[in-house]
Amino acid sequence: MTAIDPTAHLTAEQIEELGRELDAIRDEVIAGRGEKDAAYIRKVISAQRKLELVSRGVLLFSIFPPAWLIGTAGLSVAKIMENMEIGHNVLHGQWDWMRDPKIHSTTWDWDHVSPAEQWKHSHNELHHTYTNVIGKDNDLGYGIMRVDEDQKWYPFHLGQPLWNFINACFFEYGIAAYDLDLGRNLHKRRRKNPEFRARARAVGRKIRKQVLKDYVIHPLLSGPSFLTTLAATFTANLVRNIWSHSVIMCGHFPEGVQVFERRSIKGETRGQWYLRQMMGSANISGGKAMHFMTGNLSHQIEHHLFPDLPSNRYAEVAVKVRGLFEKYELKYVTGPLPKQVYSAWHKVFRLSLPNKKPKVTTPDREQELAAV
Amino acid sequence: MTSTALRSRAWKLLEMVTTPLLPSDYLDLVSPLRAGADLRGRIEAVHPETGDAATIVIRPGRGWRGHTAGQYVRIGVDVDGVRLWRAYSVTSPTNRRDGRITITVKAIPDGKVSNHLVRMAQPGMLIQLDQATGDFVLPEAKPAKVLYLTAGSGITPVMGMLRDIDFDDVVMVHSAPKPHDVIFRSDLHDLVADKKLRLTELHTDTDGMLDIARLGELVPDWAERETWACGPAGLLDAAEDHWTEHGVPERLHTERFRSGVVVTGDGGEVTFGTTNKTVDADGATPLLDVGEEAGVLMPSGCRMGICFGCVTPLTAGAVRDLRTGEITEAGPGVLIQTCVSAAAGPCEIER
Repeated sequence: MTAIDPTAHLTAEQIEELGRELDAIRDEVIAGRGEKDAAYIRKVISAQRKLELVSRGVLLFSIFPPAWLIGTAGLSVAKIMENMEIGHNVLHGQWDWMRDPKIHSTTWDWDHVSPAEQWKHSHNELHHTYTNVIGKDNDLGYGIMRVDEDQKWYPFHLGQPLWNFINACFFEYGIAAYDLDLGRNLHKRRRKNPEFRARARAVGRKIRKQVLKDYVIHPLLSGPSFLTTLAATFTANLVRNIWSHSVIMCGHFPEGVQVFERRSIKGETRGQWYLRQMMGSANISGGKAMHFMTGNLSHQIEHHLFPDLPSNRYAEVAVKVRGLFEKYELKYVTGPLPKQVYSAWHKVFRLSLPNKKPKVTTPDREQELAAV
Repeated sequence: MTSTALRSRAWKLLEMVTTPLLPSDYLDLVSPLRAGADLRGRIEAVHPETGDAATIVIRPGRGWRGHTAGQYVRIGVDVDGVRLWRAYSVTSPTNRRDGRITITVKAIPDGKVSNHLVRMAQPGMLIQLDQATGDFVLPEAKPAKVLYLTAGSGITPVMGMLRDIDFDDVVMVHSAPKPHDVIFRSDLHDLVADKKLRLTELHTDTDGMLDIARLGELVPDWAERETWACGPAGLLDAAEDHWTEHGVPERLHTERFRSGVVVTGDGGEVTFGTTNKTVDADGATPLLDVGEEAGVLMPSGCRMGICFGCVTPLTAGAVRDLRTGEITEAGPGVLIQTCVSAAAGPCEIER
């Protein structure tokens, strides 16, 4: 939707050839999946559980400041690992091939207020199928932000830096709300829809369990350290929320990432779908620790091309994918975390103000954007 | 409050502490064989039997309920990271003092699990276990005369019986290609030396296959004997015919290791087990479409293989992945993505 289409130089044949080359990369990884990969995820899960246990244990004594610091730091890291490298990826079915019912997308539940089932629908199905298609992909601005110059500006958007900041702090609740599609379902009629009510009740149950665990049971178990444990869990959740929000913002918001019109995906071929994933995602550069703590979503481009490949393989896939970007003269959007976070936030601020010339090209488009 | 009620309250509290996981997810880290855990076993030793067979000594978890001689146990083994389940006869006696059980595995050509167990199994390895099952067992009342008719690895359930109970009059006819292919050969010869067993060992590479019609030459009173037979399907089919022809089918007990071979092809009859519908499908139409066309309520999602919203158990037969051409055969815990899988021969899915 940018003035100049960065893929205009590619012919239809080239796009299909690109698709075939990407399929070949995928097939190679699938053929090579094996014991090492299974050992990797088992090790990560076991390490995460031990870290969480130990941190919760230390927090029983959080009345002493050093214990508070160590326990809070440990719990924050454990929660980040749990959501990013384990939960997100298991729920994508990345480890279903192991046929271990304990590490399977159909049985996994995560430390998050959004029930796994609902998240799989809104994330795996809607976001990954309709990546960056305005009006179809709710991850774009989460329904509360303007993310493209062409979108119509309303005074409401003036507040979007603040909305985004609040969303970052309470990110898991934001996700749960947007899985429920609250924006659309809070109208009187929809609110009574039994299907919506069932989903809302499921979210309510999950929130109750999560809150009870973090803010009642564990503090109570800490006895004299009640308040400090409460503060520690709140802090750990806050750290995890801000971290995952930042990582996720870097995936689709930085400058240089494309968004698409609903019309543009009609009759999309496999090659075109791949190309849209390539142009609609952005990476974070960094070392192994950075990739691990982002749940390998630092390889967002690779994840969007192959959402079901085991996360530990994205690094090697990235080398080949980047080669294809160069071969087809496409821009591989990547950069270090601070730069990408700045870029995404800058866009949020920039688009909170009206821009001079909204380039609305067709009546279709106008209608579509007004509806967002 | 009773102690059971107290315990269940304590458990509920623990569940709140560990939510959304279960306390068992943490306990499994330290004590995978404890009572109350999913049944597992730990391999404690591996003894080679022949060039391609080995006996695996397993310490079952606390939940193990024991077995009856002749029964089999299903075990789940991770081969190249993928959990595969197979059934093996228990070859240890029921009264083994140390509580361990043994299975004896023969590596079959291209057998993923059998080769893995015979060649790669190491003490310390954890495997998944089911309780022992099967009705290929001895009766409560001791028969006066017994015949064991076995071939190849069909000897394994019978060895479990031989080691378990002594009968007064036992004859065994066992076939194997060569002397060194006979699993438990020295154990068998020990039993013969102790006069606990009369054994006819047939080496099919030199003697040819056993002709059931001439069984009378080897065991003249075969028709009076309570018989347990285990081996290849051909042997068992012939035995069943032979026993029926002579009017003594009730004396014969058979055990078949493989219920049937999965037929793979291009397309086939698709059965939806839950709704009990069967339709023909070609090899190019995703099972999701096949099901929807047939009016079966199918879970669906992205319809392009990325969201895993359509995964469904494959309970029989085989399917082909339309993207990679990879064949997946049915088995316990096998789930397929119906939007990118097509029938590869007759198959059944749980919908």
